[in-house]
Amino acid sequence: MMNKLELNEDKVLEVRFVGDDDVLNHILDREGGAKFKKERPQLLVNTKKIIKKPEYDLKEDGIEVLKDKNYVEVLGRDVQESLKNGSATVGGNKVYSFQNRKHPEKMAKLASELAKTPRKNVSYSLKNDPEIMTDIPQCSKGHSPSDEVQLKNNDKSEFISTTRVLRKRLIAPRNHSDSESEYSASNSEDDEEVAQEFEEDTNKAILSPKTQAQNRVVSAPVYKATPSKKMKRDKTSDLVEEYFEAHSSSKVLTSDRTLQKLKKAKLDQQTLRNLLSKVSPSFSAELKQLNQQYEQLFHKWMLQLHLGFNIVLYGLGSKRDLLERFRATMLQDSIHIVINGFFPGISVKSILNSITEEVLDHMGTFRNILDQLDWIINKFKEDSSLELFLLIHNLDSQMLRGDKSQQIIAQLSSLRNIYLIASIDHLNAPLMWDHVKQSLYNWLWYETTTYSPYTEETSYENSLLVKQSGSLPLSSLTHVSRSLTPNARGIFRLLIKYQLDNQDNPSYLGLSFQDFYQQCREAFLVNSDLTLRAQLTEFRDHKLIRTKKGTDGVEYLFIPIDNGTLSEFLEKEEEES
Amino acid sequence: MATSSVSKGCFVFKPNFKKRKISVPIEEYFNEGKNESEDSKLRFETYQVIWQQMKSETEKMQEELNKNLFDSLIKFLQKSHSGFQKNSRDWGCQIKLREIPTAALILGVNVTDHEFTFRSLTEAIQNNVTPYVVKLQARDCPDIKHFLQKLFSQLMDCHVDVESKEEEKDIQKKTHCSMDSLSSWYMNVTQTDQGKPRKKRTSSQWQSPPVVLILKDMESFTTKVLQDFIIISSQHLHEFPLILIFGIATSPVIIHRLLPHAVSSLLCIEIFQSLSCKEHLTTVIDKLLLTTQFPFNLSEKVLQILTSIFLYYDFSIQNFIKGLQLSLLEHFYSQPLSVLCCNLPEAKRRINFLSDNQCENIRRLPSFRRYVEKQATEKQVALLTNERFLKEETQSLLESLHVYHTNYFLVLRCLHQFTSSLPKYPLGRQIRELYCTCLEKNIWDSEEYASALQLLRMLAKDELMTILQKCFSVLNSSSEKQLGSTAKRIEELLAQLQSLDAEVKEEEDASGSQSKGLQKTDLYHLQKSLLEMKELRRTGKKQTKFEVLREKVVNFIDSLVREYLLPPETQPLYEAVYFTAAHTLHEHLNAAPRLALHTALNNPYYYLKNEVLKSEEGCIPNVAPDICIAYKLHLECSRLINLVDWSEAFATVVTAAEKTDANSVTSEERNDIIHARFIRAVSELELLGFVKPTKRKTDHVARLTWGGC
Repeated sequence: MMNKLELNEDKVLEVRFVGDDDVLNHILDREGGAKFKKERPQLLVNTKKIIKKPEYDLKEDGIEVLKDKNYVEVLGRDVQESLKNGSATVGGNKVYSFQNRKHPEKMAKLASELAKTPRKNVSYSLKNDPEIMTDIPQCSKGHSPSDEVQLKNNDKSEFISTTRVLRKRLIAPRNHSDSESEYSASNSEDDEEVAQEFEEDTNKAILSPKTQAQNRVVSAPVYKATPSKKMKRDKTSDLVEEYFEAHSSSKVLTSDRTLQKLKKAKLDQQTLRNLLSKVSPSFSAELKQLNQQYEQLFHKWMLQLHLGFNIVLYGLGSKRDLLERFRATMLQDSIHIVINGFFPGISVKSILNSITEEVLDHMGTFRNILDQLDWIINKFKEDSSLELFLLIHNLDSQMLRGDKSQQIIAQLSSLRNIYLIASIDHLNAPLMWDHVKQSLYNWLWYETTTYSPYTEETSYENSLLVKQSGSLPLSSLTHVSRSLTPNARGIFRLLIKYQLDNQDNPSYLGLSFQDFYQQCREAFLVNSDLTLRAQLTEFRDHKLIRTKKGTDGVEYLFIPIDNGTLSEFLEKEEEES
Repeated sequence: MATSSVSKGCFVFKPNFKKRKISVPIEEYFNEGKNESEDSKLRFETYQVIWQQMKSETEKMQEELNKNLFDSLIKFLQKSHSGFQKNSRDWGCQIKLREIPTAALILGVNVTDHEFTFRSLTEAIQNNVTPYVVKLQARDCPDIKHFLQKLFSQLMDCHVDVESKEEEKDIQKKTHCSMDSLSSWYMNVTQTDQGKPRKKRTSSQWQSPPVVLILKDMESFTTKVLQDFIIISSQHLHEFPLILIFGIATSPVIIHRLLPHAVSSLLCIEIFQSLSCKEHLTTVIDKLLLTTQFPFNLSEKVLQILTSIFLYYDFSIQNFIKGLQLSLLEHFYSQPLSVLCCNLPEAKRRINFLSDNQCENIRRLPSFRRYVEKQATEKQVALLTNERFLKEETQSLLESLHVYHTNYFLVLRCLHQFTSSLPKYPLGRQIRELYCTCLEKNIWDSEEYASALQLLRMLAKDELMTILQKCFSVLNSSSEKQLGSTAKRIEELLAQLQSLDAEVKEEEDASGSQSKGLQKTDLYHLQKSLLEMKELRRTGKKQTKFEVLREKVVNFIDSLVREYLLPPETQPLYEAVYFTAAHTLHEHLNAAPRLALHTALNNPYYYLKNEVLKSEEGCIPNVAPDICIAYKLHLECSRLINLVDWSEAFATVVTAAEKTDANSVTSEERNDIIHARFIRAVSELELLGFVKPTKRKTDHVARLTWGGC
């Protein structure tokens, strides 16, 4: 909507501008009179053209004029046409806006919206979890501006990141007090201006980022009312500033709360799964419908695979189930390999190995991967009756996204009798492929947004966030420590304690070997540094200790496990003993 | 067998042998998935026939386009090597002998299509000049050692004798690759070859054939490697006759920028320019689309998408042809009446065998419905009820469609002759632009067309005549004499123009006397008389004979355009031969995965058509899928996100969504579940690449995107 408006404005402006020019020309021409016959028709032509598309005038050659707008228009139209499975109604320029940046207004809108929805919820959270949620009700109480400012000052120090959200929630109520309706540009303008001034007067210096956020919210309607070029420039520069504000080297302000303090942080894979299984999936009917839509494409996929295209699936949601169903319905009678790209141990080597060893029953070995690839390619070229389907879940996973791996898979997929159907999930996955690889892959893109949870894909330990990874190191820690002599256990505990004592020290490198030896001696754990070294090798073999050379050449020891896990380990140890 | 395991990531499935033998023919996939099989077998066969024709046509065309370039290259290779053969004592020759003959092949920026060019070039050289052709890529040669190794191993492969292959492999393993070993190998091979009676390769009469080394992407080679190699090989040139071919993407200057003078002076460079890819595209469109040879046509949007992908993304002809193939496939797959998309006699034959269902399909075509509405009532009834009558009518319609196309392309080419030379190219310089405009709408309604006509009314006589002559030859080129009268008319006009000469002279005399009179007046009078002249011209009283004739020509071409360049939508049955589903093409060739993600996260209602999810733009209802909520919340944060805060915000939103109906579960358990959902949402966002764990602060994740809301 606004985009269009903007475009119209552009056009109006252009017309006026060029019109002036034209009038000038016109007058000059009449006065000159001599070249009259020659110039005039062309001028007529010009005015018309300029009104239509200004680019013509800018590029004198005018030939292969890059009709950007036209192109975008065409695509936009198409997208709208495709009701069924289109990429989006949004049209490219909203996500990657180059011409008219719309962020400020949108942010404002979002903010007001967020202010609306969560406010309803606050009461719930109050009941459920009063301790944690105190800050939110506090804020939502505020109605008079002065009150708010105070409040903001109070909680600013601690919960900046949350308050960033909350701030926005605050703004909306002020504009239209209690009514939940969307504010219209006309009637709230005055209030806002007053509020803004007030805000600026009271605490300009302290709350500068805050006011900026406000500016955005407040000024959006104003912009709507009086569009002008200058304002537009402001908006874009505002965006730029925002970017640098967020990415400046200055310290990032977020609250210091950690998950450790909340007692619910530690979930292992199993409990997580159990918990999630209790969640009843929402929108199952719609999801089913979506999936049915995609299943109808199976035949088409087979056809296109056979005609030399390869298929890549993209879109939000796990595509694993879909591909599994494809496999179950279409591929039962043909040789195929399923490759879990998300598997942390996957590599191109293992893919090639399974082709040579299991599909082609070749027992020999190869000097390197390229040899192996050549061998496979030759084999498939020789025997045209050989057919192989490759199903790759997450072609863009950590392990496969490397240039070499992609090159090899692309070369495989370019073979006439190897059919590749893959899924990608990462936001930037298409960047993996340059022109060469893309032409080797010969992709046909299919959007399959399923919204299904990425259960398998995220189930491997290392793909999850820190809070989850605690269980495995912990269990291995206890396991190893049980097999140790009491002395060795003592040594290890010493190091843990030292590390925990120093956890707030940002310049902490580790415990130097000499100090460590000294401490161990004092605790009667070792009698010479040789014995200490012998003990340490044990830990090193289990990857429980790492050494680093400091700047002074001294060896520092540290445990590459996060402190939470370590303290928990200590607690357990103490319980046992 | 399950496909998930904690110990492996590859699962091979081999059906037992008996089953495997029954392979499903591809046609099966073509008609399955749809309930009624409307001539699908026939359609698929037609698809394959047309696609094969198109493919061979493009291959032929590519060969022709490359022919000139290859011929001159081969001539160069032969010439540059002749000096080596003669072994003359001439001083100039000896100087030349120190220089490595080098062909700089300027190909323009496009990597993918070049592969094909190089492949055919290698073939051409192998057939005509020398068996020893080596292609090297920068990627394979990080240093001079690898460079020589690659060169060596590829040379071995070039050497065709099978029996000696084994031992050579051993040699290759044993010998340390150096230029010395290379040249001794070369001596060895050429001498043994001389000894043996040669069966083939009569074309290369050389006693010592040169070794041609093609560097595919010269710019990306390390300069050090290049320099070293050139210096070394120039030392060995007298025993190892090397010729270099550089593939250059930018400009010939790059050679001098990459190589210092001392090195580049060792080269004797000649530059060859390949055809630009834009011209290539023009020929492809000309040969495949602007012709009645193939019954298949593209609609305006489809053509525009394909050309846009070409011009804005990759400059790749292969991709363009891939797009063409896909549209062909889609057309035959989705349009049941595409069975009529074949040559005219065959289509007529096929109409007779159309099923009732297909007849119904014809009646349902919008273009056919429009046609029916224009007919008299009794004919309407007959068309809608009588199958026989419908089939006959369809035959005649198809025929007229064919005629329409024949005329269309001829007139289009004529119009292009007129407009392609106008200043500022109001209708585009390339014929494809003109074609697009014509396909889209009535071209004569467009402002560009009006201005083009205005410009045409100002053409000089000789320009007009050359254009008319070209048009005449265009019209004559077609075998079908649909526009015979038009050609004749043009001929007449041409004759009239020629006979004008004498009269024009008179005209000039008259105007000359007038201007003489003007010279003596003062400024005031001059102004006055000029005004008068203007007045006169505006009313157009005084038109010369030439002007009248020019007007005639312009009007003539205008009438041609109006008669023949009707947009295809106006033709009944056009759906059978035009592929219009531009969006599918765009979706599959030029997808926007980021956009899809964005929409799915921001506006779940777009996919899940549930009224609950309906919301205004930019905000999200709190019942939306977890990942959408988490995403929305994370947009509010700057670079780092505190997980605790995030999870609390998430919990707030989600608890609000869950009404208090969940009395059965304790609040403790519910909190746990919500927390688990949050963990899932965050790890999914991590998988999608929106956040990543960071060590800068405990329990924080870093945002990886900026903006995007």
